[in-house]
Amino acid sequence: MSSWPVDIDTSPSRTLQLSEVDEVGRYCHLGAFHRSRTVAFARRFGLFVIGYCARLFAMLLIGGFLCATLVRLSPGYGVSEEELDSRLNAESRQALRDRASDQGLTAFYVGYWVRLLHGDLGTARSLRAPIEELIRERSRETLTSAGLGLLIGWALGLPLAIATVMTRSAAIKVSANVLASIMLCVPAGVLALLCIIWQAPGRLVLGLVVFPKVFEYARKLLARSAAMPHVITAVAKGLSPYRIIFWHIVPPALPQLIALGGISMSLVFAAAIPVEVVCDIPGLGQLAWMAALGRDLNLLVVISLMLTGVTLLANSFADAFGNRKPMEAA
Amino acid sequence: MKQLRTAALVFLAVVLLASLLAGVIAPAPYDFQFRESFNAACSTRHLLGTDALGRDRFSRVLFGTRVSLLLAPAAALISTVLAALIGGAAGYFGGRLQKVLMSATDLSMAMPWLFLLITVRAMLPLNTEPAVSVVITFGLLGLLGWPAAARVVCADAAKLIESDFILHARAMGCSEVRLFCRQLLPNLKPVLTAQFWISIPVFILAEANLGILGLGVVEPLPSWGGLLQELQSLALVTGRPWQFASVILLIATVTCFHIVIQREKAES
Repeated sequence: MSSWPVDIDTSPSRTLQLSEVDEVGRYCHLGAFHRSRTVAFARRFGLFVIGYCARLFAMLLIGGFLCATLVRLSPGYGVSEEELDSRLNAESRQALRDRASDQGLTAFYVGYWVRLLHGDLGTARSLRAPIEELIRERSRETLTSAGLGLLIGWALGLPLAIATVMTRSAAIKVSANVLASIMLCVPAGVLALLCIIWQAPGRLVLGLVVFPKVFEYARKLLARSAAMPHVITAVAKGLSPYRIIFWHIVPPALPQLIALGGISMSLVFAAAIPVEVVCDIPGLGQLAWMAALGRDLNLLVVISLMLTGVTLLANSFADAFGNRKPMEAA
Repeated sequence: MKQLRTAALVFLAVVLLASLLAGVIAPAPYDFQFRESFNAACSTRHLLGTDALGRDRFSRVLFGTRVSLLLAPAAALISTVLAALIGGAAGYFGGRLQKVLMSATDLSMAMPWLFLLITVRAMLPLNTEPAVSVVITFGLLGLLGWPAAARVVCADAAKLIESDFILHARAMGCSEVRLFCRQLLPNLKPVLTAQFWISIPVFILAEANLGILGLGVVEPLPSWGGLLQELQSLALVTGRPWQFASVILLIATVTCFHIVIQREKAES
């Protein structure tokens, strides 16, 4: 009440005019309206956040279950390399088989989550080390690579997309398109190999993997914005190119560009495996590869689950501030 | 653009034909070892030299092309059918079903599919037959590759459902199943065709990345991914440019697919 917008003179000597009464009533009404709107907004926002977190958690649970199911039902699960030892007799092989088999998918998965909730990620069988320690050691490397990759990809892709939309020069358009097409057609592993041959930093590859996707989508989104009537009017009125780009072309495409940020995160993680393996970068991608070669199911599921969580979180942020739907049309 | 597309289609046709006729064109079977010539340079006898085990590289490139070029479209077909069913159903029925299916799609898109792929691939029995490994690798690619296409199909189906011909069909008493199968799916054909073409180079590249990691098609059966693996021994690669033949062929083929895709996208 201290911030009441109008000082009301309530002395009996002064008779309130009709207009003043109206104004006070309006402000009273507006104040209550604003308060109720704020409360309603806070309630809605709270419900939205709770709903979103619940959805995220449910998706993570289901994702983990699917992940474990895929692995658990894959042919060869539970087959140990030791079984191939020709010196072992049938009884020993059977004992190994019994040791490797578990109580079933549900029990395996429930037990896994119970351990996870107690902060126990288990031990990596192939590397004979606690998974938590391995992930802590290597996640920094992967996150640095991913961050750098995203930065390089966006720093290359977005300006080139803007240049392609704004320029009339065919040379710029063609060269930008050719560059993006080449990057799109080369496997990340081959790019990593070329980086080694040319003694370039391997992390550059992650940027080169993100670049063509960012360029392609951003170009289409910006081109659509540039064809809007208000932009054509702005161009006709002789506004500076800088003002046209940053005031009229980019803002309508911004929600979709933010959503693209979330998608580029999953691209970087997918490319991290071949790049880290070929360039010998000690990150999570290399760890996953080592676990795959060592048939270490536990470690692989933890890494997959962790990266799914990070990607889901990034996509949720992108969805909250951006809009993915028009991007699909692009 | 039309000429470029024609050239791309001709190139793809030539490569496909050469790979289909690999048994006739190739100078040796893909697993035949010339014991007297390991790591041989290119010559009239071995057009692209031999690998570390003395196998003719040209023959392996031809047979590897057959594996990649025939099975990547098969995987693309699996993912397109899944996308048509899931995306089509989500767009057609809308409401809660759409929410559930699109949440599943979001989840599948967020899952690091290459991690999943190497996980499942790594769990294969150690004595897996090469032919089985090929089927499993490309089958998995097909099963994991539908989400992005499903979102596009869903958006398109949601648009189609509001069109007049669907309204007329419904007014005439057409059942929901018939409407979905006879009216909606045929009209989704352009977008499904585009998604099919888009998936092929994606799966070729995915198999190549798996091959580089040593988790692709099992030896001695060659594939483009498997052929790229030998490039990792840099000491052998330096000064032997013919070893990059498989990479160049892969990049050229994927580029041609992209050129064809531009047209398909424009048509859809």
